[in-house]
Amino acid sequence: MKKIIDFLVSDVKWLNENTYLLDLYSEEKLPEILPGNFAEIRIEKASEVLLRRPFSIHDVDYEKNIISFFIKVAGKGTSQLAKYEKGEKLNVIFPLGNFFSLPKEKDILIIGGGSGIAPLKLMGKFFKENGVKPVFLIGGRTENDIFLVDELNNYGEVFITTEDGSLGEKGLVTQHPVFNSDNFKYKKIYTCGPEPMMKAIAKFASKNDIDCEVSLENTMACGIGACLCCVVETKEGNKCVCTEGPVFNIKDLKWQI
Amino acid sequence: MADLKVKIGNLEFKNPVTTASGTFGSGQEYSDFIDLNKLGGIFVKGITPKNREGNPYPRMAETASGMLNAVGLQNKGVDYFIEEIYPVVKKFDTHIIPNVNGSSIEEYLEVTEKLNNIDDIKAIELNISCPNVKEGGMAFGVKKSSAIAVTKAVREICDKTLIVKLSPNVTDIADMAKAVEDSGADAVSLVNTFLGMAINHKTRKPVLSTITGGLSGPAIKPIALRMVWQVSNAVKIPVIGLGGIMNAGDAIEFILAGASAVQIGTANFIDPQISVKIIDGINDYLNENNFNSVKEIIGGLMREI
Repeated sequence: MKKIIDFLVSDVKWLNENTYLLDLYSEEKLPEILPGNFAEIRIEKASEVLLRRPFSIHDVDYEKNIISFFIKVAGKGTSQLAKYEKGEKLNVIFPLGNFFSLPKEKDILIIGGGSGIAPLKLMGKFFKENGVKPVFLIGGRTENDIFLVDELNNYGEVFITTEDGSLGEKGLVTQHPVFNSDNFKYKKIYTCGPEPMMKAIAKFASKNDIDCEVSLENTMACGIGACLCCVVETKEGNKCVCTEGPVFNIKDLKWQI
Repeated sequence: MADLKVKIGNLEFKNPVTTASGTFGSGQEYSDFIDLNKLGGIFVKGITPKNREGNPYPRMAETASGMLNAVGLQNKGVDYFIEEIYPVVKKFDTHIIPNVNGSSIEEYLEVTEKLNNIDDIKAIELNISCPNVKEGGMAFGVKKSSAIAVTKAVREICDKTLIVKLSPNVTDIADMAKAVEDSGADAVSLVNTFLGMAINHKTRKPVLSTITGGLSGPAIKPIALRMVWQVSNAVKIPVIGLGGIMNAGDAIEFILAGASAVQIGTANFIDPQISVKIIDGINDYLNENNFNSVKEIIGGLMREI
């Protein structure tokens, strides 16, 4: 069941000049949150931000009633959200959307790019609880864009690429040696990040017949399947990313790849 | 508790607060957040004769104090509504009012005819004002002769309370309202969205796939309020007011301007509980100002400044 709760900001931890972790505390018990679920946060303080903004849920602590978001300041909404300080109220609708499926396969590759690494920690946790040890591949422009490496290491090996080569392999995630198709050993790929990155991965996956799930971040208004603004074209017609996604198997999408 | 009951034609609503078509799904989408039984009515998402996929993504752009949408009447068709959606939502103790669309008079009639057979549906909203479809929609609502033609044709076969939803994209909305009143409408609802547009100057591209879309939200409220006031002064049938209502104060302003009921639209996206909060707010306002019934303030605008 979806909830609407007033949270209090319990911690703001800046990771670099435009990226931070936002912890929200609620007196109410939190419902079960699955990796890939998202929340719609109302940024009430800023009158120029009318609509809620969707954010992937980064982590959850059921004992302390805290949910965390990994946020990259990019536009009007995130700039205003970044002004919230400890103790301030934020109204949140959650948990929304579907989630990454638990893999049947053993060799799992999880790829995150940019702010798309947000759901990776919850995936790692959830998969570990279910006896799955994935490999993570995270990419960024420079070493400044690479986060959460130590945390993800708790759940599986972490590979890194940066476009300038300042950390890990030089290049895009799809140029990492794991993508050498002659010895690509993974049976399932999960990915979240910029659409061009996900499309490049989807292209590789479909060419090599590897099961692949992607998490989309289409622009949304309601987040609960009422406005029909966030649709993606699937083989069964337009579907709402907010309720029938955000996670889709690439075999169901009509992506031109 | 003040008396919140209002009448639209022969139909009684438990309170004047309803939700606007296209912003509230069929109601079920909101049932985790509010008790739908508290609402005066639910105007459900627009219905066409057959399944429609709507326009390509992107369909939405946030603008200053508003939003543009270009959904394009995505829906699964009237048969799906009758077989799959209506049986679920009819159990709620509120008026379920379908929003009827078509790309021709024949299509409007096809949808109306099928809905007319369902006894529990007491009213339909004839949408002649959708700005996001290539054929039909707003085309019927911006030309008086076609507004008259479609209203008369639907009236002929419709036994329900017939509410015609007007487009604000006209020169004289009061004239249009009178024309549909004379053609047999039991009520009018206004306003639908204003035709607008957003451009991303960085990419030099339109934001919406359709280039233009319908503007809603608080940005349009003063214009909507003015139009509701003009129409209320021009027609004898009840007026349902909408356009950027964000709180109880806004809703009361529409009622003072002459609306017998209101529809809450874009505000549902921002606060899924807002419709019920507005009902409570209207009740508090009536109590605080010693009114026994909401009917006492319909059109109750004090003219002296």
